[in-house]
Amino acid sequence: MSEDIVLLNSDGLRVDGRALDELRPIKIEAGVLGNADGSAYVEWGANKVLAAVYGPKEAQPKYLQDTAKAIVQVNYNMAAFSGDERVRPGPNRRATEISKITAEALENVILTNQFPRASIDVYIEVLEADAGTRCAGLTAASVAIADAGIPMIGMVAACAAGKIDGHIALDLGKKEDNFGQADMPLGYVPGTGEIVLLQMDGHMTMVEFRKAMDMAISACEQIHELQIGALRRRYAVNYADMDDGGTEQ
Amino acid sequence: MKRTIIPEIKKELIYKLAQCGCREDDRSLEDFRSISFETDVISTAEGSARLTLGKTDVLVGVKLQPGEPYPDKQDQGVLMTGCELKPMAHPGFESGAPSDESVEIARVVDRGIRESGMLDMQALCIEPGKKIWMVFLDIHVINYDGNLFDAATMASLLALHTTAVPASRFGLGEDFPLPVNLWPVTITFVKLRDILMADPTVNEELSADARFTVSVDDNGHFRAMQKGLKGSLTYDDVVRALDMAQKMSLELRTRIQTGE
Repeated sequence: MSEDIVLLNSDGLRVDGRALDELRPIKIEAGVLGNADGSAYVEWGANKVLAAVYGPKEAQPKYLQDTAKAIVQVNYNMAAFSGDERVRPGPNRRATEISKITAEALENVILTNQFPRASIDVYIEVLEADAGTRCAGLTAASVAIADAGIPMIGMVAACAAGKIDGHIALDLGKKEDNFGQADMPLGYVPGTGEIVLLQMDGHMTMVEFRKAMDMAISACEQIHELQIGALRRRYAVNYADMDDGGTEQ
Repeated sequence: MKRTIIPEIKKELIYKLAQCGCREDDRSLEDFRSISFETDVISTAEGSARLTLGKTDVLVGVKLQPGEPYPDKQDQGVLMTGCELKPMAHPGFESGAPSDESVEIARVVDRGIRESGMLDMQALCIEPGKKIWMVFLDIHVINYDGNLFDAATMASLLALHTTAVPASRFGLGEDFPLPVNLWPVTITFVKLRDILMADPTVNEELSADARFTVSVDDNGHFRAMQKGLKGSLTYDDVVRALDMAQKMSLELRTRIQTGE
């Protein structure tokens, strides 16, 4: 059945007109929620994802506390209306796994040893889903943590590469994910070159894996620039709005 | 798993040994522990296997029953994988709802099997759009001494390869063997600071910074990957692990196919 679906046309363009190594349009905004200590909103193609950070605060219940460092708790959730079919609210096994690996990825970059006994809680809400939500969520969460002023080594940028019609392609959309041959989400810290999240499902040879990795890493570097841009916009000082009209001292 | 403490001195010992290419149990960094298994151990299951990997002991049972297909896969059977980490297997495991760890193990084992295409899902269709076979693969951990990913995958492969579809019980004709081929084994590594080692024991897992599991099919192609734990890997680590896994998968597959 899936053999009939063409994901790559004769010009080498994909169903949405992208080239193989082209990202979907990505828009990142920091500081979008009133109550959260840090927050971010990401639009990534047709994905819409919100991330909120609360903390560091005392970890509750007490047995969760780590006397040496903060714990990082992530809750990834898809809104009931985020997909073609209604998503039943509440945790499911997919969300549990994504929450776990996202928390593990973020623990790499947050300086948790500065906050013993504390908890840093990250909430990722997928409002609209179109494949690649875990990458969009991790990308948003990193910006939200930076927005909260929580010290970290660097932000995690995330992006997937996969395989469609036998070709390695970047950032698969929903149709490509459903009918492609592989998908490999990557969480990468451009500052240190560390891989903090890596999954794959499908079918890849060593050569294809290396190609996909190179493609995903270079995309993560681009996404990292967008993350920095979002924070710069959020914290840019608008001198014109200041009382003294922005005259320099 | 409940926070389980490993003494710093033990961690240091494991790392120091690894620096010399050694392990606590005299293996090299790329060796698997001894494997032994038995199939058809549960008579009430349609297929089953109990496998020990060193002191890790897992039991996998396969049950089948007719059910309704998913709306987007009208002509295909369904595979559901579950994993239970019971307190009897390790003091760090707690009773109650499935833990994050057990969900991750079940999903990684499931992904390796599903993505390899070892199960012919279309052959598990009874009546398109109406009735299909649902395959329930349940992993029970009897004793935990590290590397549940690989132990559970191997036991699952053995159980699936010895499963008979109980068609006669449901008045659907004669029983037939579950349509399976391929042996997509997984290989798990942990990274201790700068050192990679395969098939970690529980002490090695507790000392580790990062974990990496890869599923390799009979052609040496990769079918699934999963990075875990709170540390990171470098690009070189991943490539090295994949390289080793390709080689090691051949031996591992032979070991479970021949029972030697």
